[in-house]
Amino acid sequence: MCLAVPARVIELSGDTAIVDLDGIRKETSTLLLDEVAVGDYVLIHVGYALERIDPLEAAKILALFAELRAQDAES
Amino acid sequence: MKYVDEFRDGDTARALAKVIHAEVNPERDYRLMEFCGGHTHAIFRFGIVDLMPKNIHFIHGPGCPVCVLPAGRIEAAIRLVEEQDVILCTYADLMRVPAGKRDSLQKAKARGADIRMIYSSSDALALARDNPEKQVVFFAIGFETTTPPTAAAIKIAQAEGLGNFSVFCNHVETPPAMMTILTSGDAKIDGILGPSHVSTIIGSRAYAECCDKYHVPLVIAGFEPLDVIQSVLMLVRQINAGQAVVENQYTRAVSETGNEKAKALMNDVFEQRALFEWRGLGVLPDSAVQIRSQFSDFDAEKRFAMPEIATADIKGCICPAVLRGMNNPDECKLFGTACTPEDPKGACMVSSEGACAAYYSYGRYKAAEART
Amino acid sequence: MSKLDIKNGVIEMGHGSGGRTSASLIDELFVRHFNNALLDQGNDQAAFSVPAGRMVISTDGHVITPLFFPGGDIGSLSVHGTVNDVAMSGAKPLYLSASFILEEGFPLAELERIVISMAKASKDADVPVVTGDTKVVERGKGDGVFITTTGIGIVPDGINISGDRAEPDDVIIVSGSIGDHGIAILSSREGLQFATTIESDSAALHGLVADMVAVAPDIRCLRDPTRGGLATTLNELARQSKVGMRIQETAIPIKAEVKGACELLGLDPLYIANEGKLVCIVPTKDTEQLLAVMQKHPLGQAAAIIGTVCEDAQHMVIMETAFGGNRVVDWLAGEQLPRIC
Repeated sequence: MCLAVPARVIELSGDTAIVDLDGIRKETSTLLLDEVAVGDYVLIHVGYALERIDPLEAAKILALFAELRAQDAES
Repeated sequence: MKYVDEFRDGDTARALAKVIHAEVNPERDYRLMEFCGGHTHAIFRFGIVDLMPKNIHFIHGPGCPVCVLPAGRIEAAIRLVEEQDVILCTYADLMRVPAGKRDSLQKAKARGADIRMIYSSSDALALARDNPEKQVVFFAIGFETTTPPTAAAIKIAQAEGLGNFSVFCNHVETPPAMMTILTSGDAKIDGILGPSHVSTIIGSRAYAECCDKYHVPLVIAGFEPLDVIQSVLMLVRQINAGQAVVENQYTRAVSETGNEKAKALMNDVFEQRALFEWRGLGVLPDSAVQIRSQFSDFDAEKRFAMPEIATADIKGCICPAVLRGMNNPDECKLFGTACTPEDPKGACMVSSEGACAAYYSYGRYKAAEART
Repeated sequence: MSKLDIKNGVIEMGHGSGGRTSASLIDELFVRHFNNALLDQGNDQAAFSVPAGRMVISTDGHVITPLFFPGGDIGSLSVHGTVNDVAMSGAKPLYLSASFILEEGFPLAELERIVISMAKASKDADVPVVTGDTKVVERGKGDGVFITTTGIGIVPDGINISGDRAEPDDVIIVSGSIGDHGIAILSSREGLQFATTIESDSAALHGLVADMVAVAPDIRCLRDPTRGGLATTLNELARQSKVGMRIQETAIPIKAEVKGACELLGLDPLYIANEGKLVCIVPTKDTEQLLAVMQKHPLGQAAAIIGTVCEDAQHMVIMETAFGGNRVVDWLAGEQLPRIC
């Protein structure tokens, strides 16, 4: 029910960040997060960053998907 | 778009779907409730149903804060903005929801009410700063994803002494609604696709009671179509194995305990509301939050003595049953005739993630397919 | 006549009353910038002869806010919009008229900016504004300025382009990326402020149309997908022609930033307005040639085939998603609004 999109943090300033989504820049609040660094990907919902996206976990799933595709191609 | 496009890959979808086809037991049905309206929307937008075996049925849950907001609350907001000199700020989602007597925020705006559509609670704060001589009321709705941003806004307002800002709080909670659906048993649910972004806040542990008490597996599913399909596979496997635990498919954003800072902020500002009416589910105890007394200055219900307004559903509208997963939209007498996206009679048709709106487009395609 | 104080002045009720003040406004702003022989005559109408063929007329009211946006303004938009509506019949647009409803208090400097922009658009398109009208409404009764433009043109004989002519197996082409204009407008609206390099695609398409018709005179339908976007135009054409359409999502050109903005706001790019694009339905035999000609034109470089017309008693537009599933592209119900859910 909650539309949230991943966007990359490109600037930080106090409690706000500027995030980039394929060239779209938006100001977002970082009040809900403890640590955010430039370069992190965060989920944006109603002008707030909800959570960081864990690149390692993302990589794991994507690797799983790649394996599935390979297996599928073989059969 | 990074972390989006990779999770919309068609080849992977087909590969996953093949595995699902291979693993489902053809002798039984799998009734899976996708709790979250965003998942309902994704399922139809990406044509996920087309890829699934016929014995998997998606039951659409009540995780649509627009759909479960009782018409009486919208009516109360309309009265507030029309009778008092306030600026009412709302998310655009609410504008066209029928409020009873065929009224809506959009219609009230057309009559001259000062209703502003905003994207964020920060916008409401900005309006309050820019209009110090007017009262600014923020019509807050949403599940636990949207509650922390409202909490943040109230704290900021307090710190800045923004005396003209207040919040009409309608924030609701996910686990109690799930329990209600499961308790009634009417929907005969075999598994639950758990919400993506609510879970980033409340954590995967929050669902343990549902699974244990009702012996139903729950997989927290990410927002993209591949997440949904992978989660379906995980549910099928649990159902086949007779398991009923919480699994987390959305590991890249959801942890066991969720976002502690956001939860603390919510807890600071909000407390449990003893009773709250949910459209379709009735009055539920401990299912919603209200603003704590130390922030009562920012509570619009108190500041403006907003009344409780009971509004009956339009005759023939079965939104309640649809929200509980008991009926499909096409079983409603008003569906597609008196109730269409252009002229919605119930919230399920207005909200783009409401089951009825999704069915309206999708169902017509399926019917057309059946004819050819 | 007293000179207008364009720098600091504002529109007053007197500017609409028809007297000296009105005349000043008309002369120093409109006639001066639109600058053409017919307008200079100073009549309440313009008289001219027309070449042979069928005459086409179209009118459009422009009430857009904000008045100035990345890539254009209400002035240039009002020229492009009507030129395009005339051109979608295959006609060569000849002349425009322009009616202004001005709000008391509207800054003359802004009005001049708009008129200059309109004049430039008109000159670049070679479609002069030959007659017009101004009225003033009281403060609070107008959104700064409303502009209505009416255009006329001539369709040569032998060209018969109309929304009810699409036939099964015809090919559907779009002239370029969708959603640019709507996103540019949203980016400058308050409350949704986001920074983007996306500009409105507002442009006059009659040059492109002329090239297209020259190489493919059998074009069945042309329409510019303005309000309601590509989806609405396809549904309109399907209904008018009593056919169905099958399109491929992967074939529809869309800029990455437009996609990003749509994801952020929960919008569907198919329903977002365009002001410099067209949809063309053409018999299969003409497709290759037509596409080549379009892609050579500056306004059609990203032209692409997006689908085909088919038999369908329900007149449905169905899209094969990038994902591999199918979804109905339905009529828009009400205005598309950003969502949080």
